[in-house]
Amino acid sequence: MSETLLQETDARAGAAIAEGPDWLEAVRRAAAERFAQTGFPGSRDEEWRFTPIGPIAQGVWRAAPTASAGVTREQLAPFTFGHPEWNTLVFVNGLYSEALSTASALPAGVVVSSLAEALRSDGALLERHLTRHAPAEGSPFTAVNTASFREGGVVHVPANVDLDQPVHLLFVSTAAAGGSVTHPRNLIVVERGARASVIESYVTLAPGQSYWSNPVTEVSAGAGSWLEHTRIQRESEAAYHVGLTHVDQQRDSHYRSFSMAMGAALARHNLHVRLNDENVETLMYGLYLTRGEQVADNHTAIFHDHPNCRSWEVYKGVLDDRSRAVFNGKVFVTPEAQKTDAKQTNRNLLLSDSAKVNTKPQLEIFADDVKCTHGATVGRLDSAALFYARSRGVPAAAAERLLTYAFAAEVIDEVALPPVREELDRLVLERLETGV
Amino acid sequence: MSSSVESLVNKEYKYGFVTDIESDMAPKGLSEDIVRFISARKHEPEWLLDWRLKAYRGWVKMTEPHEWPNIRYQPVDYQNLRYYSAPKTGKPFGSLDEVDPKLLETYEKLGIPLSEQKILAGVAVDAIFDSVSVGTTYKAKLAEQGIIFCSFGEAVQEHPELVRKYLGSVVPASDNFFAALNAAVFSDGSFVYIPKGVRCPMELSTYFRINTAETGQFERTLIVAEAGAHVSYLEGCTAPKRDENQLHAAVVELVALEGATIKYSTVQNWYAGDEKGRGGIYNFVTKRGKCAGANSKISWTQVETGSAITWKYPSVILQGDNSVGEFYSVAVVNGHQQADTGTKMIHLGKNTRSTIVSKGISAGQGQNSYRGLVKVLPKAAGARNYTQCDSMLIGNRCGAHTFPYIDVQNSSSSVEHEASTAKIGEDQIFYLKQRGLNTENAISMIVNGFCKEVFKELPMEFAVEAQKLLGISLEGSVG
Repeated sequence: MSETLLQETDARAGAAIAEGPDWLEAVRRAAAERFAQTGFPGSRDEEWRFTPIGPIAQGVWRAAPTASAGVTREQLAPFTFGHPEWNTLVFVNGLYSEALSTASALPAGVVVSSLAEALRSDGALLERHLTRHAPAEGSPFTAVNTASFREGGVVHVPANVDLDQPVHLLFVSTAAAGGSVTHPRNLIVVERGARASVIESYVTLAPGQSYWSNPVTEVSAGAGSWLEHTRIQRESEAAYHVGLTHVDQQRDSHYRSFSMAMGAALARHNLHVRLNDENVETLMYGLYLTRGEQVADNHTAIFHDHPNCRSWEVYKGVLDDRSRAVFNGKVFVTPEAQKTDAKQTNRNLLLSDSAKVNTKPQLEIFADDVKCTHGATVGRLDSAALFYARSRGVPAAAAERLLTYAFAAEVIDEVALPPVREELDRLVLERLETGV
Repeated sequence: MSSSVESLVNKEYKYGFVTDIESDMAPKGLSEDIVRFISARKHEPEWLLDWRLKAYRGWVKMTEPHEWPNIRYQPVDYQNLRYYSAPKTGKPFGSLDEVDPKLLETYEKLGIPLSEQKILAGVAVDAIFDSVSVGTTYKAKLAEQGIIFCSFGEAVQEHPELVRKYLGSVVPASDNFFAALNAAVFSDGSFVYIPKGVRCPMELSTYFRINTAETGQFERTLIVAEAGAHVSYLEGCTAPKRDENQLHAAVVELVALEGATIKYSTVQNWYAGDEKGRGGIYNFVTKRGKCAGANSKISWTQVETGSAITWKYPSVILQGDNSVGEFYSVAVVNGHQQADTGTKMIHLGKNTRSTIVSKGISAGQGQNSYRGLVKVLPKAAGARNYTQCDSMLIGNRCGAHTFPYIDVQNSSSSVEHEASTAKIGEDQIFYLKQRGLNTENAISMIVNGFCKEVFKELPMEFAVEAQKLLGISLEGSVG
């Protein structure tokens, strides 16, 4: 591996092997080499066929500015679900800001800290988990992230601890982020019998700025644990967001994910869940709202490797203007995974004649005693329902909003935390008020 | 499971015999000379030779699709195959009275009597043996109504203007690797032309038989239905048991003009290979229909039980407004069989509708993939698609895969896709056994119920045949 080649390829992707302990440096080096070999995926790569990553691959991305951007707590208030007292780690343009973060009292042994801090104080935990769940071989974007991540959030909930308050990882971009790339890396470890709720938000204070966020989140859900993971992506509509969440679940665990995408010119999120033992339950809900020329791309993969597990997935999209949505959901059921019960649904609502959808729900099944179904629909609002509303005196525009909201609400209702659910509701209604 | 089941596992493929007949063969290998050889043997006009050569030159530059299909096989050595083999009779084909009795016997044995006295009333047959058509029944009767039903070679001689107009109009020679190969070396096939407003009075059918070793079969079928015409066409296929794999790369093109209906049914029972996965046919087929006129309809029904590997996607281009495309499929894999099959529905015209019903059954170590594309283009206002794709797995050494691509570029259209996987429930078998059925019959009944939606689309004689075939394919797979 020649150093120059590595530098040339990586400089454009804003990647540089970041520091860290020895074991991490070796992983980073391998990831950088990996990326130098593969480069960005091409349009013939099945995984990226419908994702126009050209602007990312051809762009020249600088490292994010290190100077404090002068962000105030007041500016962040709209993003805190009305609960500023929740434990919140704030990252401004990828950098951890202690001043803006909130640390409330936590049960004994619980760690909520920045990645840089955790690398210093929780080395053993990180060595066990960090980069172990989402390998750099998974995708070129993960490789770049692995080589260059500097910051991110670490949440560790020890065995049998019930974290009654949610933890919020808030990534904020400002006007200074223009033309830069960040590679946030988050690690969520919920040990045996523990219970937690984690929110991951990507927001902007400078709508219209173009930048690239390339986050990777690794989740380890221990035996009998319960974890709700809500991901809200509200980047600038000129930005690029390519994210991966990889989840490893142990026996009897319950993981529920909600993934909301409404920002970014191009938003791609991969959610991979591996069921590592029996009797695991996985719920995956998603909602994407697009307008203008936005592209929202969700790829999910669930690996049923063991018997008696259940997975349930519903992703819904509302598309307006000339926007486009891509969905690919994979369900793999190995020969051992008997009695699997897997259901996957993708529904798309087109509000405009120029919106487009590419959906591909995919099942790969190798066991016979399983119940696996998937469904996908693309269509517009039900004209009979619209007629009914209008015949009751509801104006056409309001009736459309009402039905669209109802379509989206079906998945929002699955969010367990009431303040988060209410905020998501509000965001959808706000978008419909201004956007339709 | 009982020993009777064991014995059924090893049941002979009943069409696996070889007809001992002398053949006129092309030397092994593929080159421009072979293409010229085939064209010359068939006394083809210059334009057709040029078309073949162009296809061949394109093919040489193409690469075999190995990455995207969900099938694994040893690469085919295209230079170690014969591209032309015709039984030697010394007499021209076409008239049944002069056909070698050995050939007639072969078809008798396959259950397809070619003499018109014995034939099933109401079904006209074109019998294709290796590279040539050995005879077509009911030709004269059909001609009374202006219907042309003959071998492709004959059509090239007698109706060159029709062939030239439609050949390659739906599946161009450059379409894909196997279509290009077919275009270069296709030997025979059936040609059907239904004039304006004519409803074909009987089922038309082609029976394909591969006989000679180390040959490939590359037939080409072209069906044209003029405005308001109606035709139902069936095809069946078998091949001898051999240890090496044989290649079958066919192309089928359908053209339905305004208000025309074409119904195309296939019962595919090529030799599937032995219990160790040796031998069997590689069935790499390109089938596509074009609903060129408004209110036209093309319906594909297929029952795929044979072949070591099946790779085919009978598709419909819905170009005319209000046109309808249908795809009904049962694909069964047992032993080491692999199938990657499905359909493409391309909605171009307004208010076009398509229905896809696919039933995949996997047993033994078989791998069954449904791969489909539903594409709705911006101008296809009011388009509708309904897709249902169900899989059944028998045992846990097999696999079922679905790869449905849905591309919608129009908000007034509605596309629905549903898929499910199920198994034959112990409780279902128990219930039927309690009613006095043995296990085999119980399973057969459940499987037939699972496939019923597709079987009811088949013409009567074929439906019966298909049910029997399904029984044979799955014998011994449970327990």
